[in-house]
Amino acid sequence: MEVVLALAIGTLAGSGIYLLLRPRTFQLIMGLSLLGYAVNLFIFGMGRLQTGAPPVIDAVRGSDPALYADPVPQALVLTAIVIGFATTALFLVVLLASRGLSGTDHVDGREAENP
Amino acid sequence: MALLSILLLPFVGSLFAALLPSNARNAEAWLAGAVSLAATVLVASLYPQVMAEGVLRMSIPWAPALGLDFSLRMDGFAWLFALLVTGMGTLIVVYARYYMAPTDPVPRFFSFFLAFMGAMLGIVLSGNLVQMAMFWELTSLASFMLIAYWHHRPDARRGARMALVVTGTGGLALLGGMLLLGHMAGGYDLDTVLAAAGTIQAHPWYPLTLGLIALGALTKSAQFPFHFWLPHAMAAPTPVSAYLHSATMVKAGVFLLARLWPVLAGTDAWFWIIGGAGLCTLVLAGYLAIFQQDMKGVLAYSTISHLGLITLLLGMNSPLALVAAVFHLFNHATFKASLFMAAGIVDHETGTRDLRRLSGLYRAMPITATLAMVAAAAMAGVPLLNGFLSKEMFFSETVFLDRPGWQRVALPLAATVAGMFSVAYSLRFIHQVFFGPKTTDLPREPHDPTRWMLLPSGLLVAACVLVGIFPEITVGPFLRAATDSILGADAPEYNLAAWHGFNLPLVMSAAALVGGTVLYRVFLWRTSEMVPLLERIDGQRIFDALQLAVTSRATRLIERLSPRRLQAQLLALVGVALGGAGLPILANGMAWGTRTTTAADPVFVLLWIIGGVCALAVAWQAKYHRLAALIFAGGAGLATSLTFVWLSAPDLALTQLAVEVVTTVLILLGLRWLPRRDERYAGQRRVAVAARLRRLRDVLLAGATGLGLAGVAYAILSRPRVDGISPFFLEYSLPQGGGLNVVNVILVDFRGFDTFGEITVLGIVALTVFALLRRFRPAPESEPLPSQQNEQDKPVADPSALLPAGYLALPAVLVRLLLPLAMLVSLFFLLRGHNAPGGGFVGGLILATALLLQYMVGGIVWVEARLRIHPLLWITLGLLAAAGAGLAAWLTGTPFLTSLAWHGELPLLGELHLSSVLLFDLGVYMLVVGATVLMLIAIAHQSLRAQHRKPMGEVA
Repeated sequence: MEVVLALAIGTLAGSGIYLLLRPRTFQLIMGLSLLGYAVNLFIFGMGRLQTGAPPVIDAVRGSDPALYADPVPQALVLTAIVIGFATTALFLVVLLASRGLSGTDHVDGREAENP
Repeated sequence: MALLSILLLPFVGSLFAALLPSNARNAEAWLAGAVSLAATVLVASLYPQVMAEGVLRMSIPWAPALGLDFSLRMDGFAWLFALLVTGMGTLIVVYARYYMAPTDPVPRFFSFFLAFMGAMLGIVLSGNLVQMAMFWELTSLASFMLIAYWHHRPDARRGARMALVVTGTGGLALLGGMLLLGHMAGGYDLDTVLAAAGTIQAHPWYPLTLGLIALGALTKSAQFPFHFWLPHAMAAPTPVSAYLHSATMVKAGVFLLARLWPVLAGTDAWFWIIGGAGLCTLVLAGYLAIFQQDMKGVLAYSTISHLGLITLLLGMNSPLALVAAVFHLFNHATFKASLFMAAGIVDHETGTRDLRRLSGLYRAMPITATLAMVAAAAMAGVPLLNGFLSKEMFFSETVFLDRPGWQRVALPLAATVAGMFSVAYSLRFIHQVFFGPKTTDLPREPHDPTRWMLLPSGLLVAACVLVGIFPEITVGPFLRAATDSILGADAPEYNLAAWHGFNLPLVMSAAALVGGTVLYRVFLWRTSEMVPLLERIDGQRIFDALQLAVTSRATRLIERLSPRRLQAQLLALVGVALGGAGLPILANGMAWGTRTTTAADPVFVLLWIIGGVCALAVAWQAKYHRLAALIFAGGAGLATSLTFVWLSAPDLALTQLAVEVVTTVLILLGLRWLPRRDERYAGQRRVAVAARLRRLRDVLLAGATGLGLAGVAYAILSRPRVDGISPFFLEYSLPQGGGLNVVNVILVDFRGFDTFGEITVLGIVALTVFALLRRFRPAPESEPLPSQQNEQDKPVADPSALLPAGYLALPAVLVRLLLPLAMLVSLFFLLRGHNAPGGGFVGGLILATALLLQYMVGGIVWVEARLRIHPLLWITLGLLAAAGAGLAAWLTGTPFLTSLAWHGELPLLGELHLSSVLLFDLGVYMLVVGATVLMLIAIAHQSLRAQHRKPMGEVA
């Protein structure tokens, strides 16, 4: 499991970073989304992997920390997901406004001299 | 308490002065006058107390952890200086009332004037070095605002900027020096520092500290080689020049040197740095003053020269010289301020300050001329005036200086020469303006101004004469109190008297008077701006060149370090991140952990094969096939969401899923406004080699980073779990938070303040999106309807129709039926959130999705004819509910956001558990609904606006 998740994080991050380095705004927004997934999974992984142990206290099992997945990275990632959505929205609007103002969807607001 | 009120009074006055209307000339003057007078009276009334107790102290804890207190301290010296600041302020306010033109916006003037007074009192009364440095900078800022008061004039802006740069830089150096000083003394308290003289002078840091403090003091007091800013500061209104740039602010430097005299003085370094700068300034500025053509220019250079004299006295390492310095500090303030007032009156009455144009004004303005003559005589050092006394003390100090050989000859000579310069420029100032043939081509017909404008100058001149004739009676005790408080037990015996008998200093005075008169007769014919011999040395030009060099270099460096192209920046960012993580790994190696890993489930492997392919497909397709890329990104998001479910994070999975839906809709709405594929590139079959190489480089970099991240992730995942703070949350979630779902309890209870901040950010982002889109102009070619919409039967947007017409009628029925159900589901998730997966974020997103479905299927026009959502209201209510839940805790006297619970039984409803946490989560829910819907609707409305715009465009 660990190897699979680590490779998944690597693939998502690699694709995301490749897109971040591209010249078009849409590529950038997609790249940020992918990178966001990778980072969220990475932070989530800080609590280590556990199956069938959601951090919802079971009255029968009691509150022994070993029985539950780590709730702290989960709380962090939950807010990160929502904020990630907000930044995507903001970025999309900035992208549209920049496109309207500059007439191009190049990240620099103008076409490169030597495409 | 009195100390604090002295300090606060001007600041409070400044605040009120700023709020008065701009034409309230009299009200402003009354306010400022009353504040200054009250402060003066307060200071004066403390005299018996200062005499009795020696030092008055007051302190309020400021940053106790750092050993810093806000402390005020008044001894004899501080008392005298505070009286100078407040008393002079009162006189200048009266003068300024008549000087400022009715069209000038006086609130700004008096507000900054009073603020300056407060800051200056802060320097004087500070009992703490750091605090003193803070007030020091405040005076620089107030001075900046006052020099630039007439900000339409380029010379005012220039002068203000130059003064700020020079004194501000000095202030930074001073702060450094103060910190070192406090470190050496073992505390920033002035008393501690003053008691640690021996330790400090023996410390290896002493030279550095002295250099830094000298830099601060010499820039502030316009000493060579930093003197050039003061003449440019004369662009300020004359009351400002009289107050800040001759009587008080420029004295802050010498005040500081006198204040720290017991600690820093007595060494050779002190003698050469302080004394050397003082001597250079004294002679050089005196020489330059002779050749100025502007009345205020003469006064500016003479101020610099006199400050040089005081600095030199302080640098001489002799207690008696210190007495002379303090005495001259106050004498100079009296005669120089009254001369500035005279210059202002002449300017005010004739319209010019040019010495070449002014002549023979004595007949037209006899009172002004008489006052100016007496003050100028004091400046020149004519007997029976206060300037004579301190200059005499200075001369005798130079004669009896305890230094070896040539210095004992050079110093008296230089002092006499400087005295001659002083006589020459004083004479020139008076003779050229008030005597000689009467001029006829002045802009205005001159006459004496109103009595009130002359009164402050008259009082100061009277002080010059009284102190000059009866020094022991008028200022003796005060001066002694001041010098005793600096010198303590070392205070020398001295005798203030108008007549000391025939001695060498008297001969020097006589020589200066005669020599100066001769000098003036010789140079009388000169009217050019040229300064003989020193034309090449121009501090201002050096300053300008330096400033230009620094700014242009900085610009070039910024261009080098931060290229305008985003890609290059991001490349550097990723490269640095990779290098920063990679180098330690390469150097130290990286080992996998020993934790037994869970066996890979084939389904999980399959899930991530799909997920990984999706991610790669996004990277491959995002350039031209945006819709495909978006779908693939959704696939990757889905895989992420399923991973959360798999690995015991149901809350995350739910949120990720809901966000996935909303994000996809959002970007779909945005796709319409993106440009087509650039036709220039469409035809190219072969991609240029450079572009291929660039891509290869990016692929390699991205691959390396991805692999590295995977490696780091695995290294962590294969190590045993570190519990940290997690067990606390798991253990106390139920007993203290009253909830079973620990993630939700963390969010809304334990870390509620973070969540509160986060939803605020979400609200701000939504409002920003909304605001940006109100001004947004899409690209022109995106405005017409897309071809797909044109080719299909266009559904007519008929708001009154029962159902949207066309092929969407059936989905519309379903979606409408779905809405109440979705609302129920979202409320269900909200309410169960505390004990089971769910919560405000998930619930809000579900409701928002249901509302969006209405829009997607029904169309904006049709939906909004039936259902008005007020997202702004939702955001407001959400924030209010969350804040209210937090504030409710105050009712029970507990800190913000402490959860309150009520458990009880109600008729009909039965047993009930109510908690303020639920209200908080409801706030989150409402805010998420409002923010999401606001953003999406704002983007959706764009197409409606584009269609509205189009017909108008055709008409035009």
